[in-house]
Amino acid sequence: MTQVAERHETYAARFTAFRGQPAFGPEWLRPIREAAFERFQSTGFPTTRDEDWRFTNVAPIAETVFVEPAADTAVARGAITPFLFDAAIAAQIVVVNGRVAPTLSSLDVLPAGVTVTSGRDAATAGASHAPVGSIADTTLPFTALNTALFADAVVLRVAPKAVVTAPIHILFVSSASGAPVMVSPRLLVVVGEGAQVSLVESYASLAGAQTFTNAVSEFILAERAIVAHVKVQREHATAFHVAAMFVSSGRSATFSSQSISLGGRIVRNDVVSTLAGDGAECTLNGLYIAQGDSLVDNHTTIDHAQPHCPSHEVYKGILGGRAKAVFNGKIIVRPDAQKTNAKQTNKALLLSDEAAINTKPQLEIFADDVKCTHGAAIGQIDEDALFYLQARGIALADARHMMIHAFAGEVIDHITIDVVRACVERVMLEQLSLGR
Amino acid sequence: MLLTINDLRVRAENKDILKGLTLSVDAGEVHAIMGPNGSGKSTLARALSGHPAYEVTGGSITYAGKDLLAMAPEERACEGIFMAFQYPVEIPGINNAYFLKAGLNAKRKHLGLPELDAVEFLQLIRAKAKLLEMDQAMLNRSVNEGFSGGEKKRNEIFQMAVLEPRLAILDETDSGLDIDALKIVSNGVNALRHPDRAIIVVTHYQRLLDYIVPDFVHVLSDGRIVRSGGKDLALELEEKGYGWVEAAGASA
Repeated sequence: MTQVAERHETYAARFTAFRGQPAFGPEWLRPIREAAFERFQSTGFPTTRDEDWRFTNVAPIAETVFVEPAADTAVARGAITPFLFDAAIAAQIVVVNGRVAPTLSSLDVLPAGVTVTSGRDAATAGASHAPVGSIADTTLPFTALNTALFADAVVLRVAPKAVVTAPIHILFVSSASGAPVMVSPRLLVVVGEGAQVSLVESYASLAGAQTFTNAVSEFILAERAIVAHVKVQREHATAFHVAAMFVSSGRSATFSSQSISLGGRIVRNDVVSTLAGDGAECTLNGLYIAQGDSLVDNHTTIDHAQPHCPSHEVYKGILGGRAKAVFNGKIIVRPDAQKTNAKQTNKALLLSDEAAINTKPQLEIFADDVKCTHGAAIGQIDEDALFYLQARGIALADARHMMIHAFAGEVIDHITIDVVRACVERVMLEQLSLGR
Repeated sequence: MLLTINDLRVRAENKDILKGLTLSVDAGEVHAIMGPNGSGKSTLARALSGHPAYEVTGGSITYAGKDLLAMAPEERACEGIFMAFQYPVEIPGINNAYFLKAGLNAKRKHLGLPELDAVEFLQLIRAKAKLLEMDQAMLNRSVNEGFSGGEKKRNEIFQMAVLEPRLAILDETDSGLDIDALKIVSNGVNALRHPDRAIIVVTHYQRLLDYIVPDFVHVLSDGRIVRSGGKDLALELEEKGYGWVEAAGASA
């Protein structure tokens, strides 16, 4: 109990110190921060007694004393180059330990119609329309903690009718040397009416000490906005990564996301996508790779609040070693959401006898004229298929790769940016051969 | 001799299935292996291709002067052995043409030949697809996924035509085929008859042998070859039934 008390004091002390700093924010943000921290303090870190955290024990996070990363963490360009994409990307925004690093970013080449603000600018500009925190749900303890403590926010706005074809990459890098560090990345994307944009949100960590990334991102789509989103999480095998993504789609807007989790000791993704306008469409796909003792937990909620909305969801996991995974796919169909068409699939491939997954669809349907389907399948690589490939001359290792590729393809093939898709394929196969 | 099987003993699912099988096959020859259910016909085909579920407990197989039993399944394939599966496997997510190109190029690499590029490969498979009256669309579907029984068997012989094996083993390729499909598959096989190539046809029924006429017929019973002869043996079997050779085998 002393430990628990101490660690609460650590966060309280940090919050108190943060209050006095300029980054704490302008008038409109302060009460949001205060309320969020109060909420975090009252609930604390979740335990396995909480239904949403039944299979995910965050004690290793709760018991670690993390320090605040230095405001001026210097990272050499060479260190982050492996995580950047060199082709077909319009602009890259690099965020080091939660703060935008202007010298590492290409903010001067943003496509027409796109504005990116950060630091004090983001905070002050936010007061008017759709500010940071508009749709994030601070009843989630980690989201409350991020809201209380984020040092900087990336705010990306796309002007109405702007069609941005080349993708924008936002890279969040965590770096620690010495003491374990907690980083609170924060992203807000607001896409105007009829605008279109493609975004890559990626998370990486540099060699060094333990990092805990506690990220929150919000996506607000106006009528007929179209967003293609890829999240690539590729931190160290020792990293903790907790992330919540909130999406609100207006009338006839389309949000399509591929969430790829490639590494970390504990990885937890919460996605809450609200279909807030008639005819909005949402695709949430995910691929997760876990090896060794790592744990990957994906909790998704698709909230059909309005009629005529289709949603598509395919999550696929590849687990080796003693890895554990959790998938919880909630679909809510509100009373008004007639003609909903929701489809959910979760499949896992277990490469070892000790790997395990808990998967649960959770359908809450309050309308009567709807179509909702869900399915889950867990299996091993089909031995008969492997032999069939071998019998045609393909070496066993190559046959396994082909089978894994085929399994992951249903998600990876939806990534339309070639360099990103190739990167995901490469890192996925690297991870899997390391773990064998 | 291309293939020499001597006193082969094979075990599967804790049962001895082949109990001392001896057979020699030379290039240019077509051998039919016939026998009742459970006699070990398919076990022989699978043991030749290196299926891991079939454990060789005794005997030897020499193929082109090499110890076949020391080779992994993919090595056997690269050395020119091809088995047309009795039950071709469906593999969702792997494109039929892509898979076949990987197999062919693995084999070419093994033989020290340059790999075929996409254009060369496409030309090759178009020509072979015509031979088997295969729809081009089938080439771009996932391997065997959603194929009818006849389409799957046709796809096997199509793969054989592309991979050009030295020793082809057809494991009950006729089962489940209607007469039209049987003719197409047989035409495909006959087109591949060649002085350098041996073919082993495993079948329960004589019908297939009307179309693929064998040079030799062997009758398997309880894990051994109990009778060998020319193509007339198949007709005799059709007339008299397997009871006839089984009785002869028991008294032998």
